[in-house]
Amino acid sequence: MTRSDVSDVIVIGAGMVGAMTAYHCAAAGLRVTVLERDAVAGGTTSACEGNILVSDKEPGPELDLALLSIRRWQELADELGADSLEYQAKGGVVVAMSDDTGAGLTAFTASQRAAGIDAQDVSSAQLREREPNLSPDARSGAYYPQDAQVQPMLATARLLRAVRDLGGTVRTGTEVTGFVERGVATSAGIVHAEHVVNAAGTWAGQVSELAGAPVPVLPRKGFILVTEPLPRTIRHKVYTAEYVANVASSDAGLETSVVVEGTKAGTVLIGASRERVGFDRSMSLPVVRKLAAQAIEVFPFLADVALLRSYLGFRPYCPDHLPVLGPDPRVPGLVHACGHEGAGIGLAAGTGHLIAQVLTGKEPDLDLTPFRPHRFEEAPA
Amino acid sequence: MPNSSAERNEYDVAVIGAGPAGLAAAAAAADTGVSVALVDSGPRPGGQYWRHRTGDDGTHHHDWAEFTRLRARIREVDHLAEHAVWHIEPGFTVHATGRDPVRARRLVLAPGAHDRQLPFPGWTLPGVYTAGGVQALLKGHGVLAGKRIVVAGTGPFLLAVAAGLLDAGAGVAGVFEAGTPAGFARHPLAVAGALGKLGEGAGYLRVVGRRYRTRTMVIAAHGTGELSGVTVAKVDANWQVVPGTERDVACDALAVGYGFTPQLELPLQLGCATRLDADGSLVATADDRQMSTVEGVFLAGEVCGVGGSALAVTEGLIAGRHAAGVSAGSRLLRRRRAQRRFAGALHQAFPLRRGWLDRVGADTVVCRCEEVRHRAVTAAVDDLGATDPRTVKLLARPGMGLCQGRVCGFATACVVADRLGRTLIEADLRGLAARPVAQPVTLGELAG
Repeated sequence: MTRSDVSDVIVIGAGMVGAMTAYHCAAAGLRVTVLERDAVAGGTTSACEGNILVSDKEPGPELDLALLSIRRWQELADELGADSLEYQAKGGVVVAMSDDTGAGLTAFTASQRAAGIDAQDVSSAQLREREPNLSPDARSGAYYPQDAQVQPMLATARLLRAVRDLGGTVRTGTEVTGFVERGVATSAGIVHAEHVVNAAGTWAGQVSELAGAPVPVLPRKGFILVTEPLPRTIRHKVYTAEYVANVASSDAGLETSVVVEGTKAGTVLIGASRERVGFDRSMSLPVVRKLAAQAIEVFPFLADVALLRSYLGFRPYCPDHLPVLGPDPRVPGLVHACGHEGAGIGLAAGTGHLIAQVLTGKEPDLDLTPFRPHRFEEAPA
Repeated sequence: MPNSSAERNEYDVAVIGAGPAGLAAAAAAADTGVSVALVDSGPRPGGQYWRHRTGDDGTHHHDWAEFTRLRARIREVDHLAEHAVWHIEPGFTVHATGRDPVRARRLVLAPGAHDRQLPFPGWTLPGVYTAGGVQALLKGHGVLAGKRIVVAGTGPFLLAVAAGLLDAGAGVAGVFEAGTPAGFARHPLAVAGALGKLGEGAGYLRVVGRRYRTRTMVIAAHGTGELSGVTVAKVDANWQVVPGTERDVACDALAVGYGFTPQLELPLQLGCATRLDADGSLVATADDRQMSTVEGVFLAGEVCGVGGSALAVTEGLIAGRHAAGVSAGSRLLRRRRAQRRFAGALHQAFPLRRGWLDRVGADTVVCRCEEVRHRAVTAAVDDLGATDPRTVKLLARPGMGLCQGRVCGFATACVVADRLGRTLIEADLRGLAARPVAQPVTLGELAG
């Protein structure tokens, strides 16, 4: 056994959550090895929008994790350089297209303020000040200065670079094929470590099965449209109030609720559909059409803008829509950091921070009980 | 019958692309009596190869008689001109700009190819064109790209472009072929010249004459604001510059081409299998009937292997008949075999050599849409740990702009593979070629 094959921590998965976990562990002085079967940031991280949001969270454990994560992201932008991550604290704008939705949104923001979110109710006129190209049909809205965006692949690659600079190892093209005593078997031999972190994203369920400690992480398919590059026509992350209802939904059918935002490159991203259809990679034109129609409702000028491409990704969700975080009592040494659904980029910063605290024997800043891995096997209360 | 098909937007066969392959496929299918739609983005049939103007008598075209024969045979075909296909759903529903979707039981995909471009210092200057672009200006608009034009790159197409320019009265300052086509003339299959193709090449060569230089490359383009000249140099068999042979050639236009890149969007949308062809291109796999690995999807022309117009016509005739449910005769199959051998000999005679990579400096633009320089591409590999071109694209943005990698995809893949110390593989190109939206379409049209 060579020394390079022994680490304190193995992180399975080189997506955003794996990279954040590895970075925080390495920064805490642990020897880290990241194992990735594909390429860096190749899974869901390469097929998302890079959202760092509090605006879509209702009070509860996920919001607590989101608030911790927003703080950590701000610190990381200072540590690693906001530009190098393409981190933008652009703020979020939620739009109500009817008075009924507006009333619901006002009640929602009140509950969010009580839970610590900076959620500001805005009038129709104030909305247009923030987003001049918004549809005249927008009735009212809310402004969330804490919402931010990052280029997810770039940020992941930079974090992994920092891991290597801290003495860690990143092995791509290396698939974990099984678990062994204090380590894992891979397509390139056995790697040993005290702890193994399952950060395999949408494929974390499969990894958990290999470990003999299953967690129910399932794929939720989502399309994103990308327009031709434009001058800065959309300033914030803008979405309709219906999005908030859909994020927490358990409906199996297709749901779309539009999220529109500009990027540093000038393109406009339009999300986000939600379908529970397994790992089906096929393009679904009806879904894409609906997203386009909804985006035009919010920003009518988009009707004349060319669609350049579309992509799809699989968001890892659990039946209760909470991530799975922390040590698994069923398999000593196994730690989960997965199941972040459509919020993985944002929640990754807090996740990495908490996992590193656990692995260095510290009391985590957040109570991990709601995220405990074995909760799905417990008898209902 | 055609009228009712048109009313219902339902056809037995839809052919995508009205170049040599698509025209032949539409003609062959229509001859059997089935209903055929021919969908194409151009205003007139002919594609790039027979691009022409209204009233064009074909004087400056090759195989014009073939074109007029095929055009006469598509009278029963619904030619849906100026509709760019942006997506095809299984089953098949063809979505094209500016019209209702077209449904068809079988498809023939003949989307053709575009010029393969390799970056070099100065290649983004105004005045630097693709070889195909210069020819399209001439054929489609009767416009000469410049007063003093340099033609450069590799492959027999350079001769065709140069001969066309001379024919139209242009000043051609030089024709620089990076390879050594003497080897081509020695190739036994080429000498067989079964298709008269070699005769054509020799004819071009006579016209181009002493302007033709082999083992010579344009290694840089110069100019402030626009092109004023190029540096050419002798290269060895691996396209490395022979020191001391550099010289400047004044010109106001450069037509450069290093072969062709087939348009794979539609086959990839439909899930067709692909392979890496002898010329380094990603192509869709076709069986003896010209059918792809997806039932009912037939392929013809460059999309299943770059081979020129004559092979494209033969493949189109075979694909069209099979798409209509009729077998192709053995005569066509024999002709295809001979033409493919000829195409294979051309690929062997005009290979890309890796020397071009050494002239792409850190500052050279690789992706012009997003202005991604070589150093950003290599940094994605060296610093950010990218191990394939797709990851490089996502980290450094080559191929993310308006052209979606159609221009820079091949070169980016080569640069990345080379940086990783390996040869180009199919997955490299596939990772950059998948485009669920094959043509830009407005969100308004998409929303319907």
